[in-house]
Amino acid sequence: MSETVLDAAFFVRWMTAAAAVIDREADRLTELDSPIGDADHGRNMQRGFAAVVTALEAEPPATPGATLIAAGRKLISSVGGASGPLYGTLLRRAGKAFGEAPQVSAEELRAGLAAGVDAVAQLGGSAPGDKTMLDALVPGIEALATSFDAAAAASEKGALATVPMLARKGRASYLGERSIGHQDPGATSSALLFAALAEVAK
Amino acid sequence: MKMLINVAETVVADALRGMAAAHPELVVDVENRVIVRRDAPVADKVALVSGGGSGHEPLHGGFVGPGMLDAACPGEVFTSPVPDQMVRAAAAVDSGHGVLFVVKNYTGDVLNFQMAAELAEDEGVQVASVLVDDDVAVVDSTFTAGRRGTGATLFVEKIAGAAAEEGMPLERVEALARQVVASSRSFGVALSACTTPAKGSPTFDLPAGELELGVGIHGEPGRERRAMMTSREIADFAVDAVLAELDPRLPVLVLVNGMGATPLLELYGFQAEVRRVLDERGVAVARTLVGNYVTSLDMAGCSVTLCQVDGELLRLWDAPVQTAGLRWGR
Repeated sequence: MSETVLDAAFFVRWMTAAAAVIDREADRLTELDSPIGDADHGRNMQRGFAAVVTALEAEPPATPGATLIAAGRKLISSVGGASGPLYGTLLRRAGKAFGEAPQVSAEELRAGLAAGVDAVAQLGGSAPGDKTMLDALVPGIEALATSFDAAAAASEKGALATVPMLARKGRASYLGERSIGHQDPGATSSALLFAALAEVAK
Repeated sequence: MKMLINVAETVVADALRGMAAAHPELVVDVENRVIVRRDAPVADKVALVSGGGSGHEPLHGGFVGPGMLDAACPGEVFTSPVPDQMVRAAAAVDSGHGVLFVVKNYTGDVLNFQMAAELAEDEGVQVASVLVDDDVAVVDSTFTAGRRGTGATLFVEKIAGAAAEEGMPLERVEALARQVVASSRSFGVALSACTTPAKGSPTFDLPAGELELGVGIHGEPGRERRAMMTSREIADFAVDAVLAELDPRLPVLVLVNGMGATPLLELYGFQAEVRRVLDERGVAVARTLVGNYVTSLDMAGCSVTLCQVDGELLRLWDAPVQTAGLRWGR
């Protein structure tokens, strides 16, 4: 893990893989968003990541930091809803943490994403256990210290663990007790980002 | 579910093209999704900008015009607009006297308007924001997203819009908008779910013979499901839910709002019951508005919004307004 070196092309591949997996899973994300949200998460994420891939292909950034900053900006300007600013902030902040470095290590990736997750928690005013994307992101980043596969597994487990939770943030929170028993769509899409990361790291 | 559309992907753009064709008094930027009154920026006037997901028409685009909004930013269906839209709108309408953002309290709207305010200020536009959170069905707490913004948005946009039209400064327009928010509460019920074009089937399953109490305006289920009630019973429940958090000492503006698929015949019958309850509770009614103003696509159902008004708020409510969705007085 410690020897892995990740360049700008790797991050473009990650975003491309994320767009593909979100495309495949879009209907499921929207389905999860129906009982406790407003049935649009899949389509919004699909639109956003498609725009990210188009932007990165048109103007491939030179560094990992520039790649994630460009991806984050594109999400903010194309997704809308809460997902746009939250996912956009996650990637932008991680990109900023990389600075101008032409390559980053797996540990630097983990630290950058951790900074991104802190920014997401602050922006959304939420914490793990609130039935949000943090419930997949936080365990995913912790497990990233072990391996990409471990991170994918931990975030997937984190998303599944939102089922019995009572939503305290976002639209699902309006349902109160009735939010219990449903998997959070935001945590689910967050786990897909880690799945895409594990896929491109192979 | 059959819909009067071409394809789901273009519903918002198609509706904007229709607005442009029907309302030459508006400038509709279909590509960038901004609706602006044609005479903007109006000299020496504070500008009002609002926006939110589409699917609530006539809110917000139908409320752009003299006496109400200067610009509106429609997002995708039930999805907040992106910051670029609000920044573009603010730049188009600012006369140099500042811009008030009217934001409904949903996480997405709050975050996108917050980012837009920062970006617009970087470009030299003075921005103030008011958050509308009137729905009593949601428990307001620092541990939740807080009450939703629903019917009171119309009262805020009308009254603050009139204040701006009179030439009041930004701080005063903002303070009046906050007063309207603090003085307004709403409660909604659904007799059916709604169908988003993207999904094509109802957002939740509501069996015949049941209704949802405490719904919002995005097809999300409410807090409680019961056996179907009569108009009289719904009015008792809804008005008492609002009065439990409002306790008006002053006369109220009443909005009996249809969610999109309930006929005016039913809404007026419901309005009669709402007035009966208000009379029984000793609440004086200053003005009443009945119709489909803050809708939830094709949802059947209604909401009740009360706003207690002093002399100034009532005068501003009565002031002339010329928009596609609300028009009187001139």
